[in-house]
Amino acid sequence: MKQVLVVLVEDKPGVLNRVASLFRRRNFNIESLVVGPCEIPHASRLTIVTGEEEYLRRNIIRQNLLKLINVIDVQDVTDLPCVIREHALIKIKVDGTRRGEVMDLVDMYRARIVDVGIETLIVEVTGEASKIESIIELLEPFGILELNRAGKVAMVRGNGSAPGNKLLPDRENGSLPQASPKSI
Amino acid sequence: MGKSKRELTGAEIIWESLVREGVEVIFGYPGGAILPAYDALNKYRKKIHHVLVRHEQGAAHMADGYARASGKVGVAIATSGPGATNLITGLATAMMDSSPIVCITGQVGSTAIGSDAFQETDITGATLPVTKHSYLVMDVDDLAESIREAFYIARTGRPGPVLIDIPKDVQTAKTVFEYPTAPIDLPGYHPPECATDEQVAAALELINTAERPVILAGQGVLQSHAMGPLRELAEQGQIPVTPTLLGIGSLPASHPLNLGMMGMHGTGAANHAIQAADLLIACGMRFDDRVTGKLQTYSPNSKKIHIDIDASELNKNIRVEVAIHANLSTVLKQFNGGVKPRNHNDWMATIKTWQDDADEREVLNMKTPTLLGAQAVRAIWEGTQGKALIVTDVGQHQMLEAQYYLHDEPYTLITSGGAGTMGFALPAAIGAAFHETDREIWVIVGDGGIQMNIQELATAVQEQSNIKIAIINNGYLGMVRQWQQMFYDARYVETPISSPDYLLIAQAYGMPGYRVDRLEDIPATMQKAQSHEGPVLVEFMVEQHDVVYPMVPAGADLHAMIRRPLKQFEMDT
Repeated sequence: MKQVLVVLVEDKPGVLNRVASLFRRRNFNIESLVVGPCEIPHASRLTIVTGEEEYLRRNIIRQNLLKLINVIDVQDVTDLPCVIREHALIKIKVDGTRRGEVMDLVDMYRARIVDVGIETLIVEVTGEASKIESIIELLEPFGILELNRAGKVAMVRGNGSAPGNKLLPDRENGSLPQASPKSI
Repeated sequence: MGKSKRELTGAEIIWESLVREGVEVIFGYPGGAILPAYDALNKYRKKIHHVLVRHEQGAAHMADGYARASGKVGVAIATSGPGATNLITGLATAMMDSSPIVCITGQVGSTAIGSDAFQETDITGATLPVTKHSYLVMDVDDLAESIREAFYIARTGRPGPVLIDIPKDVQTAKTVFEYPTAPIDLPGYHPPECATDEQVAAALELINTAERPVILAGQGVLQSHAMGPLRELAEQGQIPVTPTLLGIGSLPASHPLNLGMMGMHGTGAANHAIQAADLLIACGMRFDDRVTGKLQTYSPNSKKIHIDIDASELNKNIRVEVAIHANLSTVLKQFNGGVKPRNHNDWMATIKTWQDDADEREVLNMKTPTLLGAQAVRAIWEGTQGKALIVTDVGQHQMLEAQYYLHDEPYTLITSGGAGTMGFALPAAIGAAFHETDREIWVIVGDGGIQMNIQELATAVQEQSNIKIAIINNGYLGMVRQWQQMFYDARYVETPISSPDYLLIAQAYGMPGYRVDRLEDIPATMQKAQSHEGPVLVEFMVEQHDVVYPMVPAGADLHAMIRRPLKQFEMDT
């Protein structure tokens, strides 16, 4: 089971650089990294998939992330029940004659067609990695012109708390001190 | 905004903030991008003494030496570009040895950042892996808080270097200055304090049932002021103690439970005891490869308790049964109520046999045709009654110092351990001298290392630093030569190194200089050096081909030590 980390960081420019630099410096492998804003103002949430499977090594990665001053919390969700999703945009070469075949496939996978050109289609698909790989395989014969996959995003199922919230009990609305827009 | 509040420039805010952080001395070198700060320094000279270094690397090492001697944060300041990059070796040294320093650098104007302007370097980017944290302050309103946070981060938790990069226009911009007083709010930074009851119970169970325990005392003992609780633990449980290089001083060297340093050039007793132990109590140390030897065969039959303030060190190199992420001093106090009195007579008797074996090989008991480095270091110990603050460089002399200068007091050895930075000793001693004004200070440095930051002799003379500089000259990069002798069939590639005439060097810089090459002449020469206030240089001409024993070859089993041959020299009876 590959390690999946959900990381809450202060939303300050340069934070992603610090995280990436840490992985390079410690010779940890990043398989995918996704970052975006989250429900806490002035904070961002990352999902990082590492190549590490062994428990103690996984803990070292987590502890090294926690050492970064701008990292608020790190949750190793590898062994927790989680929803883990990937997202992909797939541009395929297809003219009017075979469009119907593609649309059948797209329906079966509960994917969507988000752009139609004279000789192209863009398919949008969300799901587990295996589902994405499967639809890619089936679309391959049509001719894939471009493939753009985002990394995994993860969330613990049920009442599993989002990391960081429990660390911010005293803050109004769980808000962090606002970073100066100019500070890097 | 009330008119009564003062508007200051960023440059003035730098100094006002440093004054509020208790800074009394700063080591630096001016240049274009830091000029506004230097101009403002003129108004603060009565509160902060600026030391003009001769190379920015010296400034970082001086701040480091000052920090290690005082326990306070050391501060260096430099300009952008090359001034900033010259600090990097000093930052890396401080990072590896967890030394609290703050380095302030000027940066090109904020609108010019990214344009490859004159003397522009992305110094926060370049120093990312060798700093605990860093700031690029783009708004003068953030400056005071950034400086305050930098000092807080540098000195708390596992200490370390913090860099603050300040663009020139931020130094000239004005704002109302109020030094923040609210508790520092860093949502992702919470240094730990104590162990849990379960951890204490698990550790005590191991301690109270162990038959062959050993305490490994690292720098964390000194940094958390845990000498008292450590000694109590050792004496109560009759547990022998071995320090790491940076842990020297955590228990007096003359204490009967002190086995001497562990590791690659550690004592036979310490290394054998670690290998034969059934319990290791690792206190504020990190199982560096220079102390473990081959990890797979390291202390194979022991349970291990590891206490460290940095959770990422726990289970990093060595797997342990009880890992405690906490302040060492607090944890040892938590232990100490529950440690049962023991004697471990059999264990101590076994250790004694290893110590006796070392005595038979002790070179100080032999008659040697030439002066050896070991004898020179022991003579310096005698000539200073063992009470000096010693600052060493890196190499054979450094290991000989650790073996032959017996430190009975804490905080009396400053050395570059983790990074192994040659050129460290002289500037670090100059920095330390600003704190240790009463204690005698000796630099012990090789003929290679002294030439690596020799320009700081000018700083030592200018500041009249009261340091005695012992150059242990063997005409070689001795430790590298030793490896070539042992592991590269004695092919001495580029290790013979020439030196200038150090007496002329001393004269040129304006300090007394002496040379000594016979053991019996050392006391008189040292007395001459000690009778001068201010810097003095003493060159010790030592045997070129001696090596440091014992030695665990890199990557070998810790007990597989190369020992000094039994009859290398005639015993001096």
